[in-house]
Amino acid sequence: MAGILFALGLAGLLVRRNLIFTLMSIEVMLNAAGLAFVVAGSRWAQPDGQVMFIFILATAAAEVSVGLALLLQLYHQYKSLDADAASQMRG
Amino acid sequence: MDAVFYIAAAVAILATIMVITRLNAVHALLYLIVSLLSVAVVFYTLGAPFIAALEAIIYAGAIMVLFVFVVMMLNLGTKTMDTERTWLRPRMWMGPCILTAILIAEVAYLLFKAGAATQGAAAVGPKQVGIALFGPYVIGVELASMLLLGALVGAYHLGVGKRERLETQDVIDSDATRTAFGGNPVRPGAGGPSRAA
Repeated sequence: MAGILFALGLAGLLVRRNLIFTLMSIEVMLNAAGLAFVVAGSRWAQPDGQVMFIFILATAAAEVSVGLALLLQLYHQYKSLDADAASQMRG
Repeated sequence: MDAVFYIAAAVAILATIMVITRLNAVHALLYLIVSLLSVAVVFYTLGAPFIAALEAIIYAGAIMVLFVFVVMMLNLGTKTMDTERTWLRPRMWMGPCILTAILIAEVAYLLFKAGAATQGAAAVGPKQVGIALFGPYVIGVELASMLLLGALVGAYHLGVGKRERLETQDVIDSDATRTAFGGNPVRPGAGGPSRAA
């Protein structure tokens, strides 16, 4: 299931051109990796997997905040420069 | 318990497929929230209730609120949304229906599992996670806190730089238009004296 989710996130990352969809696909992939960690941790009854999931959660939060700030700046810049560039980026 | 796990996994995979095939960003966000909640249910069935709560709070709460705010701030092309609405009318009606069906099924599974309330054999509680987190992984905790601080400063810098640049561009544009209108010799100069005379 983690593999399927990761593959779906990768497919979304490759197929969609919208930056928001790209960030969402990255979220899905990080979530799948965390799911694999938690499954492994519950398979061997160790808390390390959940610790790793907490780290992945912090990484995802940091990545999403910076990525969305970049996306806002890029969108405003292309909107003020050229509308066709923004529509091409929106895909 | 196994049936609940498999149904929640199927819901997660279906919702993720819906995420990467939607055209509207808001619909994709709603499907992504459904996917994250179903993954939280999977965590609960795997014997990790603390991680399930974290997933529901941080992922489906905080990060999705960030996404929704950005989509609202961008206001993604009402013109293109109108054209999509005229093109994809039945699909636009079917999307929220599928979404609500998945959500209702999710809530039903949650209620059913709360009634059962038997955890798996390999359950790892929050106490063990906390002991492991602040025992051998304390350097990782510090690194995560530094990463979050860096992300905070970076996001603030990007937002503030964008706003200042937009304000300066507005000032430049308004000055340019003002000089263009003032430097135009036809409209204000020719209209005034003729009306006065």
